[in-house]
Amino acid sequence: MSEIKVSGLSHVYSADTPFEKVAINDVNVEIPHGQLVGLIGHTGSGKSTFIQHLNGLLKPSKGTVTVDGVDINADKTTARDVRFKVGLVFQYPEYQLFEETVYADIAFGPKNMKLPQEQIDERVREAAALVGVSEELFERSPLELSGGQKRRVAIAGVIAMRPGVLILDEPTAGLDPAGCRQILKLICDYRETTGSTVIIVSHSMDDVARIADRLIVFSKGGIRFDAAPGEVFSHTHELMEIGLSVPAPALIAQQLRQQGVEINEPVYTDEQLLAVLLKLGREAGINA
Amino acid sequence: MENIISIKNVHYTYPGDEIESLCGVSLDIKKGSFVTVLGHNGSGKSTLAKHLNAILLPTEGEVLVNGISTADEDRLLEIRSTVGMVFQNPDNQIVANVVEDDVAFAPENLGVAPEEIRRRVDNALRQVDMYEFKMHAPHLLSGGQKQRVAIAGVIAMEPEVIVLDEPTAMLDPKGRREVIDTVTKLCREKGITVVLITHHMSECVDADRVIVMSNGSVIADDTPEKVFSQVELMHREGLTVPATTQIMYELNGHGWHLPLEALGIDECAKQIAKELK
Repeated sequence: MSEIKVSGLSHVYSADTPFEKVAINDVNVEIPHGQLVGLIGHTGSGKSTFIQHLNGLLKPSKGTVTVDGVDINADKTTARDVRFKVGLVFQYPEYQLFEETVYADIAFGPKNMKLPQEQIDERVREAAALVGVSEELFERSPLELSGGQKRRVAIAGVIAMRPGVLILDEPTAGLDPAGCRQILKLICDYRETTGSTVIIVSHSMDDVARIADRLIVFSKGGIRFDAAPGEVFSHTHELMEIGLSVPAPALIAQQLRQQGVEINEPVYTDEQLLAVLLKLGREAGINA
Repeated sequence: MENIISIKNVHYTYPGDEIESLCGVSLDIKKGSFVTVLGHNGSGKSTLAKHLNAILLPTEGEVLVNGISTADEDRLLEIRSTVGMVFQNPDNQIVANVVEDDVAFAPENLGVAPEEIRRRVDNALRQVDMYEFKMHAPHLLSGGQKQRVAIAGVIAMEPEVIVLDEPTAMLDPKGRREVIDTVTKLCREKGITVVLITHHMSECVDADRVIVMSNGSVIADDTPEKVFSQVELMHREGLTVPATTQIMYELNGHGWHLPLEALGIDECAKQIAKELK
């Protein structure tokens, strides 16, 4: 069974006013259980509007969204349930920490689910462990933590609801390279451990390409590409035209092909490029 | 070329902190140059930036802007109109409801005459390619456009130096390119000195000079080619090098002989193709 199924989804902002704007138009997509999807598009492409439909924050102007076969907009109860089933981590989630202690902040979601105290406690510890927040920090104020720690606490707050689908909007924005790597590793580990479906929204191709099973590229309110990363990155020109960057290894490989170097396989990560070149180097007798 | 900013043995400790955030930084910045500053979070790069127009004053040492010490309170206005700052979040820097009013804010505060303000605002908006948006509401612009309005607001003060503290961190690739192209043009065509603080190696490639900070000190300071070819040093600092340098570095580890200075994609591909032939 499909974890998420979106059919004929359209959304119009400020309908019937002079500011009317069609944000997404007739989007169809199925995301099976356990997939790690990269959702890419420049500002205004419709990707944020799209994800807000996946947990009922926005209601479709047209079309349906089903999670585990249930139409999430059918009635009030399903709308409430879906918030716990589909966890959404917003951009710069650290700005949304508000409790007095790290523990209370992570516990906020499970508490709202009206779980018994022992279960809340279990989930807080589990979520903290998953994101690498040590229990020694539990009684500290979240405001005293470093930027990277704050972001991990905020993610733990969503994970603590044990959502079947975890959506993260620009999870690495504003972090330095080491911070980016940590967050991406955490996301991969989380999927590995829990088997959850994960959707990462990003405009940073390099980050997402490395870990995603599938890339969905939004442009002008619709899906432009939906395929494995290697396939998507073979459309260098189209991607640049719609304002997206292409990972540098893909560009280097493309230049090499133009210079007559024979590279037939898809290349979009450092590791792939290195492997291909070492193979060619071996044949040419360059490798030591 | 003369130095527009001289940083002399600057130490800085935030109030209440025990550890120094800057431990004896000395740098000269040449007029008209394009300088980028790299470093991981907490390396002191933003603290350094805030010293350049007297938002922070050194605990020890001094910063001279056009020969004036930033600690000279009587000449604060002169310093602030010589060195303009652009910060990370465009939403925190926009104050007016109309783009051109926002750009006019700083010159108004400096007491510039109305006709002159009109001229400066139009000129600044043209330079960042936002003139056609002058009557727009800033909150409806994209991130890249907002950031260019923030830059126009600084240009309208006619500063000699623009310091940008991670101006592209919150932008998408298109917005990032717009902002970097704009500051590069201001430097190359208008001779404005640019100090760009960033996490993105790709934004340093065209600079005259890359400064790498770590734990409050400068640990590398040279041309982009020379700095990025020190791959081990960059990795030790938790920084990445451009993908071009990285791949050549790894291939060299397997006995290839590639020049790590080939930073551009084309140049890098050319060198690899040459080696393979």
